Amino acid sequence: MIAAAGVTPLAVAIAGACASVLLVLVVLELIRKRRLRERYALLWLATGVVLLVLSLWRSGLNTIAGWLGVKGYPPAVLFAVATLFILLVLLDYSTVISKLADQNTILAQRLALLEEKLGQRHGG
Amino acid sequence: MAEALQQAPGGLDPRLAALRRMALVPAYNEEGSIGAVIEEIRAVDPEIEIVVVDDGSRDDTAGAAAAKGARVLRLPFNVGIGGAVQTGYRYAHERGFDLALRVDGDGQHDPAWFGVLAKPVLAGHADIAVGSRFIGRKGYRSSRSRRQAIRVLAWTVTLLVGGRVTDPTSGFQVTNRRAIALFAAYYPHDYPEVEATVLAAKAGLRRAEVPVEMRERSAGRSSIGAVRSVYYMVKVMLAIFVAVFRRPPEVPA
Repeated sequence: MIAAAGVTPLAVAIAGACASVLLVLVVLELIRKRRLRERYALLWLATGVVLLVLSLWRSGLNTIAGWLGVKGYPPAVLFAVATLFILLVLLDYSTVISKLADQNTILAQRLALLEEKLGQRHGG
Repeated sequence: MAEALQQAPGGLDPRLAALRRMALVPAYNEEGSIGAVIEEIRAVDPEIEIVVVDDGSRDDTAGAAAAKGARVLRLPFNVGIGGAVQTGYRYAHERGFDLALRVDGDGQHDPAWFGVLAKPVLAGHADIAVGSRFIGRKGYRSSRSRRQAIRVLAWTVTLLVGGRVTDPTSGFQVTNRRAIALFAAYYPHDYPEVEATVLAAKAGLRRAEVPVEMRERSAGRSSIGAVRSVYYMVKVMLAIFVAVFRRPPEVPA
């Protein structure tokens, strides 16, 4: 355990890299099929790329862990970074939903006003 | 009530009668009371245009309102009281009304107060006149816990925007063209009155409170249940604190 302290195990690095590559590929495929707009894909791609770099660049991950005072298990930084990006994506989605809700309300209001006008014109 | 009755039929202020005026009635599942509300408004002011905004009701609120000759704006789904009220203000703004009287569709607001409520606006002292339950102590003033909550909100709003605000949650309001234009462009969503008070003050609109008596709602249930009131307080508090840090809205021409 003490010998392993401060080093990212190779298996963790490989697993992290595979997961990151898979994420990037899935996102790219969704864009290709037009099921995901580029605007929403960017944060996911950034997440995948950052996680991929941190997974493969083991000495870098160890260094960053050192800066952050993470002793014993550097891959914890991977989890922290992944969590941070997920929070960013969720926050971004909240703003998107808020905007959609606002636009939805405006559409409903316009519809109500137009329908009333139409009803008047047709002798309602 | 005696004061209100003196304003009733025939007693409409000639200055008021000269204006293009509209009654804005937001309603959500108020089939049982909307007809009576419309009749009451008409009894006070036979020539006012009555516009009912049906906020996606599941009952036949729209049909009941149309049967009484009201103009009905029918939202395709429930957008919440703020969005419904704003629909009415958009209508008022588009059609160039001089003055809007907002009366809730549940029968809480007695339109007989129209003349009294419109006075500060007619006199040019205010852009928005709000009927307050808490100046003088008459009529239905809501449950004890709700009164406490309203008092906290009143203090907060008074602190934030100045002036004397006793009933920041009251939707019983008369608005002039400037206020109609502002609210057509900007109006808060869920529980809008408190936030709208801050918004209007930041836009430089003048607000006056007029003592009125309110009644218990005649049908339906309040939109704010016991559990929701906590959410209400937190949401409204957040909204008004954030509103203070917003750029003041410009009143559209």
